[in-house]
Amino acid sequence: MASEHVKTFTDGNFESDVLKASTPVLVDFWAEWCGPCRAMEPAISAVAADYVGKVAIGKLNVDDNPGITMKYMVRGIPTIMLFKGGQIVDQVVGLVDKGALKQMLDKHA
Amino acid sequence: MSAPHNVVIIGSGPAGLTAALYAARANLAPLMVEGLEAGGQLMLTTAVENFPGFPGGIMGPDLMANMRKQAEEFGATFVRGNVTAIDLHSRPFTITTDDGAVQARTLIVATGASAKLLGLPSERKLMGHGVSTCATCDGFFFRGKPIAVVGGGDSALEEATFLTRFASHVTLIHRRTSLRASKVMQDRAFANPKISFEWDTEVAEVRDSGGAVSSVLLRNLKTGMEKDLTIEGLFVAIGHTPNTALFRGQLEMDEGGYLITLGGSKTNVPGVFACGDVQDHTYRQAITAAGSGCMAAIDAERFLESHGH
Repeated sequence: MASEHVKTFTDGNFESDVLKASTPVLVDFWAEWCGPCRAMEPAISAVAADYVGKVAIGKLNVDDNPGITMKYMVRGIPTIMLFKGGQIVDQVVGLVDKGALKQMLDKHA
Repeated sequence: MSAPHNVVIIGSGPAGLTAALYAARANLAPLMVEGLEAGGQLMLTTAVENFPGFPGGIMGPDLMANMRKQAEEFGATFVRGNVTAIDLHSRPFTITTDDGAVQARTLIVATGASAKLLGLPSERKLMGHGVSTCATCDGFFFRGKPIAVVGGGDSALEEATFLTRFASHVTLIHRRTSLRASKVMQDRAFANPKISFEWDTEVAEVRDSGGAVSSVLLRNLKTGMEKDLTIEGLFVAIGHTPNTALFRGQLEMDEGGYLITLGGSKTNVPGVFACGDVQDHTYRQAITAAGSGCMAAIDAERFLESHGH
Protein backbone atom coordinates (compact mmCIF):
# COMPACT_ATOMS: atom_id res chain seq x y z
CA MET A 1 0.00 0.00 0.00
CA ALA A 2 1.62 3.21 -1.14
CA SER A 3 1.10 6.24 0.99
CA GLU A 4 2.01 9.82 0.17
CA HIS A 5 3.42 10.26 3.68
CA VAL A 6 5.80 7.29 3.58
CA LYS A 7 9.23 8.33 2.33
CA THR A 8 11.77 6.17 0.58
CA PHE A 9 15.19 6.06 2.21
CA THR A 10 18.28 4.85 0.37
CA ASP A 11 22.02 4.50 0.89
CA GLY A 12 22.21 7.82 -0.99
CA ASN A 13 19.78 9.96 1.01
CA PHE A 14 20.14 8.36 4.46
CA GLU A 15 22.61 10.93 5.73
CA SER A 16 20.55 13.95 4.71
CA ASP A 17 17.02 12.58 5.20
CA VAL A 18 17.50 10.47 8.34
CA LEU A 19 20.69 11.33 10.22
CA LYS A 20 20.47 15.09 9.68
CA ALA A 21 16.70 15.41 9.80
CA SER A 22 15.20 18.02 12.13
CA THR A 23 12.49 15.63 13.40
CA PRO A 24 12.77 12.06 14.67
CA VAL A 25 12.76 9.57 11.78
CA LEU A 26 11.28 6.07 11.77
CA VAL A 27 12.95 3.71 9.29
CA ASP A 28 11.27 0.47 8.21
CA PHE A 29 13.84 -2.01 6.84
CA TRP A 30 11.96 -4.28 4.42
CA ALA A 31 12.06 -6.33 1.21
CA GLU A 32 9.58 -7.40 -1.45
CA TRP A 33 9.95 -11.09 -0.59
CA CYS A 34 9.34 -10.68 3.16
CA GLY A 35 5.76 -11.60 4.03
CA PRO A 36 5.72 -10.01 7.50
CA CYS A 37 7.15 -6.79 6.00
CA ARG A 38 4.24 -6.63 3.57
CA ALA A 39 1.84 -7.32 6.41
CA MET A 40 3.17 -4.24 8.21
CA GLU A 41 2.56 -1.84 5.34
CA PRO A 42 -0.92 -0.70 6.46
CA ALA A 43 0.37 0.08 9.97
CA ILE A 44 3.33 2.05 8.59
CA SER A 45 1.07 4.05 6.26
CA ALA A 46 -1.37 4.74 9.08
CA VAL A 47 1.22 6.07 11.53
CA ALA A 48 2.90 8.06 8.75
CA ALA A 49 -0.39 9.89 8.18
CA ASP A 50 -0.97 10.38 11.93
CA TYR A 51 2.48 11.83 12.67
CA VAL A 52 2.89 14.18 9.70
CA GLY A 53 5.17 17.06 10.72
CA LYS A 54 6.16 15.37 14.00
CA VAL A 55 8.04 12.26 12.84
CA ALA A 56 9.31 11.45 9.34
CA ILE A 57 8.45 7.89 8.40
CA GLY A 58 9.95 5.93 5.55
CA LYS A 59 11.05 2.58 4.20
CA LEU A 60 14.46 1.30 3.25
CA ASN A 61 14.65 -1.65 0.88
CA VAL A 62 17.42 -3.97 2.14
CA ASP A 63 17.96 -5.53 -1.31
CA ASP A 64 18.66 -2.19 -2.94
CA ASN A 65 20.53 -0.56 -0.04
CA PRO A 66 23.15 -2.94 1.35
CA GLY A 67 25.31 -0.10 2.69
CA ILE A 68 22.92 1.17 5.36
CA THR A 69 21.60 -2.34 6.00
CA MET A 70 25.12 -3.50 6.87
CA LYS A 71 26.10 -0.37 8.73
CA TYR A 72 23.26 -0.88 11.24
CA MET A 73 23.78 -4.68 11.28
CA VAL A 74 20.24 -5.44 10.23
CA ARG A 75 20.07 -9.23 9.96
CA GLY A 76 16.35 -9.70 10.11
CA ILE A 77 13.32 -7.95 8.76
CA PRO A 78 11.01 -6.29 9.35
CA THR A 79 13.21 -4.13 11.59
CA ILE A 80 12.01 -0.72 12.66
CA MET A 81 14.54 1.81 13.92
CA LEU A 82 13.79 5.23 15.35
CA PHE A 83 16.49 7.85 14.82
CA LYS A 84 16.77 11.13 16.69
CA GLY A 85 19.63 13.54 16.12
CA GLY A 86 21.45 10.93 14.03
CA GLN A 87 21.31 8.25 16.76
CA ILE A 88 19.17 5.13 17.15
CA VAL A 89 16.91 5.77 20.14
CA ASP A 90 14.66 2.72 19.80
CA GLN A 91 14.22 -0.35 17.65
CA VAL A 92 11.95 -3.31 17.27
CA VAL A 93 12.37 -6.48 15.23
CA GLY A 94 9.54 -8.48 13.72
CA LEU A 95 5.92 -7.80 12.95
CA VAL A 96 4.31 -5.22 15.25
CA ASP A 97 0.95 -3.46 15.08
CA LYS A 98 -0.01 0.17 14.82
CA GLY A 99 -0.42 0.46 18.58
CA ALA A 100 3.15 -0.67 19.24
CA LEU A 101 4.52 1.75 16.66
CA LYS A 102 2.58 4.62 18.22
CA GLN A 103 3.82 3.71 21.68
CA MET A 104 7.39 3.80 20.42
CA LEU A 105 6.87 7.16 18.71
CA ASP A 106 5.07 8.76 21.64
CA LYS A 107 7.91 7.77 23.96
CA HIS A 108 10.49 9.62 21.89
CA ALA A 109 8.76 12.19 19.71
CA MET B 1 -23.47 -1.36 17.47
CA SER B 2 -24.76 -3.14 14.36
CA ALA B 3 -26.63 -6.47 14.46
CA PRO B 4 -24.67 -9.46 15.71
CA HIS B 5 -22.89 -11.64 13.16
CA ASN B 6 -23.88 -15.30 12.97
CA VAL B 7 -20.25 -16.36 12.94
CA VAL B 8 -17.08 -14.48 13.79
CA ILE B 9 -13.81 -16.28 13.13
CA ILE B 10 -10.56 -15.15 14.75
CA GLY B 11 -7.45 -16.15 12.84
CA SER B 12 -6.77 -16.60 9.13
CA GLY B 13 -4.59 -19.68 8.77
CA PRO B 14 -5.85 -22.89 7.13
CA ALA B 15 -8.21 -23.62 10.07
CA GLY B 16 -9.83 -20.18 10.08
CA LEU B 17 -10.10 -19.90 6.31
CA THR B 18 -11.62 -23.38 5.94
CA ALA B 19 -14.13 -22.50 8.66
CA ALA B 20 -14.88 -19.28 6.74
CA LEU B 21 -15.38 -21.20 3.49
CA TYR B 22 -17.82 -23.67 5.05
CA ALA B 23 -19.69 -21.03 7.03
CA ALA B 24 -19.94 -18.83 3.92
CA ARG B 25 -21.30 -21.72 1.85
CA ALA B 26 -23.87 -22.31 4.60
CA ASN B 27 -25.05 -18.71 4.02
CA LEU B 28 -23.88 -17.59 7.46
CA ALA B 29 -21.92 -14.56 6.11
CA PRO B 30 -18.94 -15.11 8.44
CA LEU B 31 -16.75 -12.21 9.51
CA MET B 32 -13.07 -13.01 9.91
CA VAL B 33 -10.65 -11.04 12.06
CA GLU B 34 -7.44 -11.88 10.25
CA GLY B 35 -4.91 -10.99 12.91
CA LEU B 36 -1.63 -9.20 12.52
CA GLU B 37 0.06 -12.30 11.12
CA ALA B 38 -2.61 -12.79 8.46
CA GLY B 39 -2.40 -16.16 6.72
CA GLY B 40 -0.70 -17.73 9.73
CA GLN B 41 2.44 -19.81 9.89
CA LEU B 42 2.26 -20.94 6.26
CA MET B 43 3.04 -17.36 5.22
CA LEU B 44 6.56 -18.00 6.53
CA THR B 45 7.14 -21.27 4.66
CA THR B 46 8.24 -21.99 1.13
CA ALA B 47 6.99 -25.04 -0.77
CA VAL B 48 4.20 -27.03 0.90
CA GLU B 49 4.46 -30.57 -0.43
CA ASN B 50 1.99 -32.39 1.81
CA PHE B 51 -1.26 -30.57 1.16
CA PRO B 52 -3.29 -33.01 -0.98
CA GLY B 53 -4.33 -31.80 -4.40
CA PHE B 54 -1.08 -30.05 -5.27
CA PRO B 55 1.28 -32.54 -6.92
CA GLY B 56 4.56 -30.71 -7.25
CA GLY B 57 3.74 -28.62 -4.16
CA ILE B 58 2.46 -25.10 -3.70
CA MET B 59 4.10 -22.11 -2.03
CA GLY B 60 2.69 -21.49 1.46
CA PRO B 61 1.71 -17.84 0.78
CA ASP B 62 0.00 -18.88 -2.50
CA LEU B 63 -1.97 -21.59 -0.75
CA MET B 64 -3.20 -19.10 1.82
CA ALA B 65 -4.07 -16.49 -0.82
CA ASN B 66 -6.11 -19.15 -2.65
CA MET B 67 -7.94 -20.19 0.51
CA ARG B 68 -8.79 -16.59 1.30
CA LYS B 69 -10.05 -15.96 -2.22
CA GLN B 70 -12.20 -19.07 -2.11
CA ALA B 71 -13.81 -18.05 1.20
CA GLU B 72 -14.33 -14.50 -0.07
CA GLU B 73 -16.05 -15.71 -3.24
CA PHE B 74 -18.74 -17.34 -1.12
CA GLY B 75 -19.34 -14.23 0.97
CA ALA B 76 -16.87 -14.22 3.86
CA THR B 77 -15.76 -10.73 4.88
CA PHE B 78 -12.50 -9.73 6.53
CA VAL B 79 -11.21 -7.29 9.13
CA ARG B 80 -7.48 -6.64 9.45
CA GLY B 81 -5.53 -6.49 12.66
CA ASN B 82 -5.62 -8.25 16.01
CA VAL B 83 -8.40 -8.80 18.49
CA THR B 84 -7.63 -6.73 21.57
CA ALA B 85 -10.39 -7.96 23.92
CA ILE B 86 -13.07 -10.63 24.08
CA ASP B 87 -16.16 -10.96 26.23
CA LEU B 88 -17.70 -14.42 26.28
CA HIS B 89 -19.61 -13.88 29.53
CA SER B 90 -22.66 -12.29 27.89
CA ARG B 91 -24.46 -13.08 24.63
CA PRO B 92 -24.03 -12.18 21.87
CA PHE B 93 -20.26 -12.35 22.41
CA THR B 94 -18.28 -9.11 21.98
CA ILE B 95 -15.03 -9.08 20.05
CA THR B 96 -12.99 -5.87 20.12
CA THR B 97 -10.34 -4.94 17.58
CA ASP B 98 -8.32 -1.78 16.94
CA ASP B 99 -11.12 -0.59 14.68
CA GLY B 100 -14.03 -1.16 17.06
CA ALA B 101 -16.19 -3.93 18.48
CA VAL B 102 -18.37 -6.53 16.76
CA GLN B 103 -20.90 -8.94 18.21
CA ALA B 104 -21.25 -12.62 17.40
CA ARG B 105 -23.78 -15.38 18.03
CA THR B 106 -21.04 -17.97 17.55
CA LEU B 107 -17.29 -17.61 17.69
CA ILE B 108 -14.69 -19.79 16.00
CA VAL B 109 -11.24 -19.50 17.55
CA ALA B 110 -8.45 -20.24 15.08
CA THR B 111 -5.69 -18.09 16.50
CA GLY B 112 -2.99 -20.71 15.95
CA ALA B 113 0.41 -20.81 17.59
CA SER B 114 3.57 -18.72 17.51
CA ALA B 115 7.22 -19.67 17.43
CA LYS B 116 8.81 -20.47 20.77
CA LEU B 117 12.15 -19.03 21.80
CA LEU B 118 14.95 -20.62 23.81
CA GLY B 119 14.50 -18.09 26.60
CA LEU B 120 18.09 -16.86 26.82
CA PRO B 121 18.61 -13.14 27.50
CA SER B 122 21.32 -13.09 24.83
CA GLU B 123 18.84 -14.54 22.32
CA ARG B 124 16.35 -11.76 22.90
CA LYS B 125 18.99 -9.07 22.74
CA LEU B 126 20.27 -10.33 19.37
CA MET B 127 16.88 -10.85 17.74
CA GLY B 128 17.15 -9.25 14.33
CA HIS B 129 20.93 -9.10 14.64
CA GLY B 130 21.59 -12.73 13.87
CA VAL B 131 18.87 -14.51 15.86
CA SER B 132 15.72 -15.28 13.87
CA THR B 133 12.59 -17.42 13.90
CA CYS B 134 11.89 -16.93 10.18
CA ALA B 135 14.25 -18.54 7.67
CA THR B 136 12.33 -17.28 4.65
CA CYS B 137 12.48 -13.72 6.01
CA ASP B 138 16.06 -13.59 7.13
CA GLY B 139 18.05 -16.26 5.23
CA PHE B 140 18.98 -13.60 2.70
CA PHE B 141 21.23 -11.84 5.22
CA PHE B 142 23.53 -14.84 5.61
CA ARG B 143 24.78 -15.37 2.08
CA GLY B 144 28.08 -17.24 2.25
CA LYS B 145 28.07 -17.28 6.07
CA PRO B 146 27.94 -20.16 8.58
CA ILE B 147 24.71 -20.45 10.51
CA ALA B 148 22.92 -22.85 12.86
CA VAL B 149 19.34 -24.05 13.27
CA VAL B 150 18.04 -25.23 16.67
CA GLY B 151 15.34 -27.91 16.71
CA GLY B 152 14.52 -31.39 15.48
CA GLY B 153 11.08 -31.24 13.92
CA ASP B 154 9.84 -30.70 10.39
CA SER B 155 10.12 -26.93 10.61
CA ALA B 156 13.72 -27.10 11.83
CA LEU B 157 14.71 -29.39 8.96
CA GLU B 158 12.80 -27.38 6.40
CA GLU B 159 14.56 -24.24 7.58
CA ALA B 160 17.96 -25.93 7.60
CA THR B 161 17.46 -27.24 4.06
CA PHE B 162 16.11 -23.91 2.81
CA LEU B 163 18.98 -21.98 4.43
CA THR B 164 21.63 -23.99 2.53
CA ARG B 165 20.65 -21.84 -0.46
CA PHE B 166 22.32 -18.90 1.24
CA ALA B 167 24.61 -20.11 3.99
CA SER B 168 28.10 -21.55 3.54
CA HIS B 169 27.21 -24.19 6.13
CA VAL B 170 24.26 -25.06 8.36
CA THR B 171 24.70 -26.80 11.72
CA LEU B 172 21.57 -28.38 13.11
CA ILE B 173 21.55 -28.37 16.91
CA HIS B 174 19.21 -30.85 18.56
CA ARG B 175 18.67 -31.87 22.19
CA ARG B 176 18.24 -35.55 21.35
CA THR B 177 19.97 -38.25 19.28
CA SER B 178 17.12 -38.68 16.86
CA LEU B 179 14.91 -36.28 14.96
CA ARG B 180 11.17 -35.87 15.33
CA ALA B 181 10.86 -34.71 11.72
CA SER B 182 9.24 -36.80 8.97
CA LYS B 183 11.35 -39.35 7.13
CA VAL B 184 11.38 -37.43 3.86
CA MET B 185 12.63 -34.24 5.55
CA GLN B 186 15.30 -36.23 7.41
CA ASP B 187 16.52 -37.97 4.23
CA ARG B 188 16.76 -34.63 2.47
CA ALA B 189 18.75 -33.06 5.32
CA PHE B 190 21.08 -36.07 5.74
CA ALA B 191 21.81 -36.04 2.00
CA ASN B 192 22.65 -32.32 1.99
CA PRO B 193 26.44 -31.85 2.14
CA LYS B 194 26.04 -28.36 3.63
CA ILE B 195 24.21 -29.63 6.74
CA SER B 196 25.95 -31.16 9.76
CA PHE B 197 24.49 -32.18 13.11
CA GLU B 198 25.22 -31.57 16.78
CA TRP B 199 23.27 -34.23 18.68
CA ASP B 200 22.31 -34.23 22.39
CA THR B 201 23.24 -30.59 22.43
CA GLU B 202 21.68 -27.38 23.66
CA VAL B 203 22.49 -23.74 23.09
CA ALA B 204 23.77 -22.35 26.38
CA GLU B 205 24.42 -18.84 25.15
CA VAL B 206 24.41 -16.69 22.05
CA ARG B 207 27.54 -14.59 21.79
CA ASP B 208 28.02 -11.41 19.85
CA SER B 209 30.73 -9.20 18.56
CA GLY B 210 29.76 -5.54 18.35
CA GLY B 211 26.05 -6.29 18.51
CA ALA B 212 25.80 -9.04 15.88
CA VAL B 213 25.88 -12.80 16.49
CA SER B 214 29.40 -14.22 16.28
CA SER B 215 29.06 -17.67 17.88
CA VAL B 216 26.97 -19.91 20.09
CA LEU B 217 28.10 -21.74 23.19
CA LEU B 218 26.99 -25.36 22.85
CA ARG B 219 26.59 -27.75 25.76
CA ASN B 220 26.47 -31.50 25.26
CA LEU B 221 23.67 -32.78 27.50
CA LYS B 222 25.26 -36.25 27.92
CA THR B 223 28.86 -35.30 28.60
CA GLY B 224 28.44 -31.73 29.87
CA MET B 225 31.19 -30.63 27.51
CA GLU B 226 30.95 -27.08 26.22
CA LYS B 227 32.26 -25.69 22.98
CA ASP B 228 32.00 -22.57 20.90
CA LEU B 229 30.57 -22.77 17.39
CA THR B 230 31.36 -19.86 15.10
CA ILE B 231 28.22 -18.74 13.28
CA GLU B 232 26.65 -15.48 12.19
CA GLY B 233 23.03 -16.55 12.27
CA LEU B 234 20.96 -18.64 14.68
CA PHE B 235 17.52 -19.81 13.56
CA VAL B 236 15.28 -21.03 16.36
CA ALA B 237 12.73 -23.72 15.36
CA ILE B 238 11.93 -25.47 18.63
CA GLY B 239 8.18 -25.52 18.43
CA HIS B 240 5.24 -23.29 19.15
CA THR B 241 3.03 -21.90 21.90
CA PRO B 242 -0.71 -21.47 21.34
CA ASN B 243 -2.07 -17.93 21.03
CA THR B 244 -4.62 -18.12 23.82
CA ALA B 245 -3.75 -15.23 26.15
CA LEU B 246 -7.01 -13.47 25.18
CA PHE B 247 -9.09 -16.37 26.39
CA ARG B 248 -7.52 -16.91 29.79
CA GLY B 249 -10.23 -17.19 32.41
CA GLN B 250 -12.93 -17.61 29.74
CA LEU B 251 -12.11 -20.82 27.87
CA GLU B 252 -10.72 -24.03 29.35
CA MET B 253 -7.16 -24.79 28.37
CA ASP B 254 -4.58 -27.42 29.24
CA GLU B 255 -1.34 -26.75 31.15
CA GLY B 256 0.37 -25.82 27.85
CA GLY B 257 -2.27 -23.17 27.13
CA TYR B 258 -3.94 -25.15 24.33
CA LEU B 259 -7.73 -24.82 24.19
CA ILE B 260 -9.58 -27.99 25.19
CA THR B 261 -12.14 -29.19 22.67
CA LEU B 262 -14.71 -31.90 23.24
CA GLY B 263 -17.09 -33.67 20.88
CA GLY B 264 -15.58 -32.18 17.73
CA SER B 265 -14.66 -28.52 18.07
CA LYS B 266 -16.74 -27.49 21.10
CA THR B 267 -15.10 -25.53 23.89
CA ASN B 268 -16.54 -25.25 27.41
CA VAL B 269 -18.59 -22.20 26.34
CA PRO B 270 -21.59 -23.19 24.18
CA GLY B 271 -21.36 -21.40 20.83
CA VAL B 272 -17.57 -21.05 20.97
CA PHE B 273 -15.63 -23.48 18.81
CA ALA B 274 -11.90 -23.95 18.32
CA CYS B 275 -9.89 -25.36 15.43
CA GLY B 276 -6.33 -25.63 14.17
CA ASP B 277 -3.10 -25.34 16.14
CA VAL B 278 -4.70 -23.39 18.99
CA GLN B 279 -6.27 -26.69 20.14
CA ASP B 280 -3.87 -29.22 18.60
CA HIS B 281 -0.34 -29.89 19.82
CA THR B 282 -0.27 -33.37 18.30
CA TYR B 283 -0.70 -33.12 14.53
CA ARG B 284 -0.18 -29.41 13.71
CA GLN B 285 -0.45 -29.83 9.95
CA ALA B 286 -2.06 -27.52 7.41
CA ILE B 287 -4.43 -30.29 6.39
CA THR B 288 -5.47 -31.24 9.93
CA ALA B 289 -5.99 -27.55 10.71
CA ALA B 290 -8.17 -27.21 7.60
CA GLY B 291 -10.11 -30.35 8.56
CA SER B 292 -10.77 -29.07 12.07
CA GLY B 293 -11.82 -25.69 10.61
CA CYS B 294 -14.47 -27.50 8.59
CA MET B 295 -15.65 -29.26 11.77
CA ALA B 296 -15.89 -25.96 13.64
CA ALA B 297 -18.00 -24.36 10.89
CA ILE B 298 -20.38 -27.33 10.83
CA ASP B 299 -20.60 -27.30 14.64
CA ALA B 300 -21.34 -23.55 14.58
CA GLU B 301 -24.01 -24.05 11.91
CA ARG B 302 -25.73 -26.75 13.99
CA PHE B 303 -25.54 -24.61 17.10
CA LEU B 304 -27.23 -21.72 15.28
CA GLU B 305 -29.91 -24.04 13.86
CA SER B 306 -30.69 -25.48 17.27
CA HIS B 307 -31.05 -21.93 18.62
CA GLY B 308 -33.46 -20.88 15.90
CA HIS B 309 -31.15 -18.74 13.74
